[in-house]
Amino acid sequence: MTKKILPPLVALVVLLALWEVLVRALAVPAFLLPPPSAIAAAFGSDAGLGRALLTTAGAALVGFGLAATLGVLAAIALASSRWVERALYPYTVFLQTVPIVAIAPLLVIWFGPGLRAVAVAALIVAVFPVIANTLAGLRSVDPALRDLFRLYGASRFRTLYKLELPAALPQLVTGLRVASGLAVIGTIVGEFVAGFSDDAGLGIVILSAYRQLKTDVLFAAVVLAALLGLALFAAVDLAGHRLLRRWHPSEKGAP
Amino acid sequence: MATPGAAIGIRARGVRRVFPGAVTALDGVDLDVAPGELVAVLGPSGCGKSTLLRLLAGLDRPDGGTLELEGAAEPGALACVFQDAHLLPWRSVVANVALPLELARVARPERLRRARAAVEEVGLADAALRYPAELSGGMRMRVSLARAVVTRPRLLLLDEPFAALDEITRQRLDDQLRALHADRAMTVVFVTHSIAEAAYLADRALVLSSRPARVVVEHTLDLPRERTSRLRAEARFARELGVLMQGLERSGA
Repeated sequence: MTKKILPPLVALVVLLALWEVLVRALAVPAFLLPPPSAIAAAFGSDAGLGRALLTTAGAALVGFGLAATLGVLAAIALASSRWVERALYPYTVFLQTVPIVAIAPLLVIWFGPGLRAVAVAALIVAVFPVIANTLAGLRSVDPALRDLFRLYGASRFRTLYKLELPAALPQLVTGLRVASGLAVIGTIVGEFVAGFSDDAGLGIVILSAYRQLKTDVLFAAVVLAALLGLALFAAVDLAGHRLLRRWHPSEKGAP
Repeated sequence: MATPGAAIGIRARGVRRVFPGAVTALDGVDLDVAPGELVAVLGPSGCGKSTLLRLLAGLDRPDGGTLELEGAAEPGALACVFQDAHLLPWRSVVANVALPLELARVARPERLRRARAAVEEVGLADAALRYPAELSGGMRMRVSLARAVVTRPRLLLLDEPFAALDEITRQRLDDQLRALHADRAMTVVFVTHSIAEAAYLADRALVLSSRPARVVVEHTLDLPRERTSRLRAEARFARELGVLMQGLERSGA
């Protein structure tokens, strides 16, 4: 365990020390690049970072939950027939290519500013990898197992939840891993446009810190956003590991 | 009319199966299997043996000819063992074996009891709670066999089931299959490309020609009902191997 944690920790400490020393030695102005000590101090300041983190985390979780649920349902619908897939799949790709900043104003018009619009922005950014991966999983079920279920007269629905969904689980988990990071990114970007200033999330804090050139607060908010993404990813990863450890080769020998 | 619970007989006349691209897999297959018989279908690889088995299982339909299974065809009357074990990797051994009963909506305590009995029958009682990824190839195949017999099928179809296993494991499974057949009213049809396996296992062997496949040789094995590994070294076993070998050669393999 120490062997895995120690090297990145040493690298981090060295990097931060170097940063601190260089910024002080070269007298870099704090609005350009604050030293790590100033950023650390910003966490304790009255910039409302704690509340902002909670607001953003709530929106990201709702967006991620929606992406997971709707993504799996969409994949099941697309997998139901080749015709449906051919007709609709190209349009799901739109979700991935549409610039979220460009449609965020529309989301505000539709859902009103605040949590709902922000969560929908997170959903739009995060849902595609869930759909694409789950669909690939549903499509790659062993044909012999399909035959087996047919032989025993299993209904469509029972084949779905006793065979296809469990078989697609490894790919589904992969999709959720990617979606977890994207959901946080989508939330921050959504907050830039659709965030409420009286219930400010990290996106709003970043914007106002930028306007006031409080670069130390900006850095602190970015660090918190990154940690939030990491935490969500780790939670999904752990859940996936729990579900797959007894049977899937991807989890063999994992911690 | 077959009585319920009795083994299923097979009667095929002129069965034809053509795949897209005008590939004729089977053409004019005549086949009779009596209820309770243990029949081996021998043939060169790629000759259409698996296609024939899929037709018998009802997983595919013939393009011509007639194919009748005597006896009711309710789910569970028929079971298949494929070339690989094809287990559900997210289920334990006993849950895999219980699957056919679960799909037939047998109540949970009943299906677990029957699944455990089937697992015991193939000698895997100690591994009942393990997962497929934790088993050897031979053990997985035995789980597959247990899953096939758990519904008490009246017709068991096997498609080169033990082909990927080592010689020792394979012989043990051959013995297990014969024991399962002896214990119940069950017709067994299995496909193989191994002459030795066909001779050791079957009461009767059918040799298919190369594609498009027809039955070219039918041979009832002149061997005792009780078969042990000692038989494999006897002269009469070698003589039967010779007969089947000649049949295969004549089939154009």
